[in-house]
Amino acid sequence: MSVTNEQVRHIAKLARIAMSDEEIERLAPELNNILGWVEQLGEVNTDGVEPLTAVIDQKLRLRDDVVNDGNIRDEILANAPDAQHGFFAVPKVIE
Amino acid sequence: MTELTTKTIAELRDGLRGREFTAREVAEAYNEAVSGAKALNAYTVETPTDALAAADTADAARASGDLPSLAGIPLGIKDLFATAGVDTTAGSHILKGFKPPYESTVTANLRKAGAGMLGKLNMDEFAMGSSNETSTYGPVISPWRRKGSNVGLTPGGSSGGSAAAVAALIAPGATGTDTGGSIRQPAAFVGICGIKPTYGRCSRWGIVSFASSLDQAGPMARTVRDCAILLEAMAGFDPKDSTSLDLPVPQWEANLSSNLAGKRVGIPKEYRIDGVPAEINALWDQGIEWLKDAGATPVEISLPHTKYALPTYYIIAPAEASSNLARYDGVRYGLRVEGVKTLDDMYSATRADGFGAEVKRRIMIGTYVLSAGFYDAYFTKAQKVRTLIKQDFAKAFEQCDVILTPTAPSAAFGIGETTDPLAMYLNDVFAVPASLAGLPAMSVPGGLDGQGLPLGLHLIGNELDEQTVLNAGLAIEERAGFTARPEKWW
Repeated sequence: MSVTNEQVRHIAKLARIAMSDEEIERLAPELNNILGWVEQLGEVNTDGVEPLTAVIDQKLRLRDDVVNDGNIRDEILANAPDAQHGFFAVPKVIE
Repeated sequence: MTELTTKTIAELRDGLRGREFTAREVAEAYNEAVSGAKALNAYTVETPTDALAAADTADAARASGDLPSLAGIPLGIKDLFATAGVDTTAGSHILKGFKPPYESTVTANLRKAGAGMLGKLNMDEFAMGSSNETSTYGPVISPWRRKGSNVGLTPGGSSGGSAAAVAALIAPGATGTDTGGSIRQPAAFVGICGIKPTYGRCSRWGIVSFASSLDQAGPMARTVRDCAILLEAMAGFDPKDSTSLDLPVPQWEANLSSNLAGKRVGIPKEYRIDGVPAEINALWDQGIEWLKDAGATPVEISLPHTKYALPTYYIIAPAEASSNLARYDGVRYGLRVEGVKTLDDMYSATRADGFGAEVKRRIMIGTYVLSAGFYDAYFTKAQKVRTLIKQDFAKAFEQCDVILTPTAPSAAFGIGETTDPLAMYLNDVFAVPASLAGLPAMSVPGGLDGQGLPLGLHLIGNELDEQTVLNAGLAIEERAGFTARPEKWW
C-alpha cells in the first residue's frame, strides 16, 4: 500500500497539523518509505496469535470512586495561553 | 574542588558520611562545572539553588547521622520529567514555558531520598530520536571526539543530555527514559552505564508521555553500583500510574555480586547482523569471555522474530504517540498560535508551528496506522507480532538467565551525518526487542573502538530480574576496566 498526496493531506487534517502543499509533497515519499518498510510484518504468520495488550501480566486496579484532588482550578489554569474568568478561553466557535 | 566531580555517587555518599567533604562543596563543584560546560548544550535549564538547598539540608542532617540514601547528591533531570515550578518542555517548542504545578513521582522519589537537582537535561523532542538532533534547543554535543578530529559527535538519544552530562562530569548521575533504547544507546555512545528496568518498576506519572506501553524511566551513571543506588530510589509502586507494579523495591545495591557461577548467558544468533563493524562483534565475543571468567556458561539461543522488532516498534510507538500528543492543542498549556479564525485552525496552526519534523512524521504515521480501514492491517498486526517477540524471550529465558548483545550497531556518529529517518531508526535494532517485551536491560561500557570512541555491551534480563542484569553488568565492568574519559575541550 502506498499513500497519495491526497491521503497525506487527509492524515494531516485528522492529526490537526497544518501543512502546505510543498510539505505534503515532501512527506508523502518519506511516509511511503517507512510504511513500505513496516509492511514486512506481512511475512509473519500471526494466525491464532492474540494481540499483546499488557506487556507485563497484571490486573488493572480500580480505585475507590471518590474525589482525591480538586480545588486546584488556578493551578490547572496557570499554564493556559488564555484563561478568562476561571475557564480556558478559545477562539469563538459560534456566531 | 574539581576532583569531587570525578567521584561516583557511592563515593560521594560515603565521603559525606565520613565527613571528608560537605554536601555544599559537592553541589558548588557541580554547579561550577555545569555553568562552565555550556558548549555541550546538555542542560536546558540550570537550577544551582535547588542543588545547594538539598546540599544544605543534607549537611544539617549529618549532625543527626540519619541520612537518606541520596542525601546531598545533585542530579541532572531529563526534561521529560515534570519538575514543580521548573520549565518542563520535553525538548519541544510546543511546551515552551510550561512550568508544571506538580512533581513527577520519580523525581519526587529522588527528592525524598535527599537528592538535589542541577538542572533539566536536553533531549530529542518528545524523546523521538537517537541523536538528540530533534530537540528545539539544538543538539547536545558529545564530550567525546574521534582521535585527532574536532568534528562534533552526537551523544545518542533521546537521553542525550543525560548521557553527555554524566560523561562530561557535569552530573554524577541523571534520570533517563527509554521507550526503544533511549537510555541504553546514549549510555553506550558516551561510555557510561544506563539501565531500563522492567516495565512498571518506575512510575510514569509526571513523565511526558511518548508511547505509554513502552515508556520506562531509569538511571544513567558512571558505574553499575551507582545505577543500582539510583534505581532503588526511583522505583516503587505508585497508585497514580495504572501500570505501576505493586511490588516491593528489591535491594539491588546490597545484593550486587559479580560471581555468576551457575548463571547461563544467552547469546542470540539473530543479533549477528550484516553491516555491524567487526570491532563491535569482537567486543561482543570479549564480553562472552568476561562473563565466562565470572563463572557464567554461554548458551546459544534463538529469538526468531528479532528482525521484525523494529518495524513492529515503528507502528506501535507512533500510534501511541499520535494519541498521546493529541493533548497539545494550544488550549491548556504551552504554545498557542494566534491570528487564525476558527478553533480548528488554531489547533492546526499551533501544532504545525509547535512540533518539529520528526515528531510530525511520527504523528502522521501513527494517525495513519490507527485510521479507519488500516487499523487491523498495521496496528493489530504489530500487536500480534509483539506477542510473538514476547514469547521468543519467554522461551529463551527457559534456557538462560541473562542475554548478552552489543548495545548499538555503531559507535557515536557525527552531528548531521545521518539524515535518512530509516537509517536513524536502525540505531535501536538491538535495544528495541527488550522494550517491546517490557524486559529490564542495561548498557555497560566495554571498551573503545579504533577511533577512540566508547562501545557498550547490552544485557537483557527476564522480567523483574534487574538483579541478574546488574550483576552481569558488574562482572563486565570489573573485567573491562573501562576508565577512559573524554579529554576536556569545552
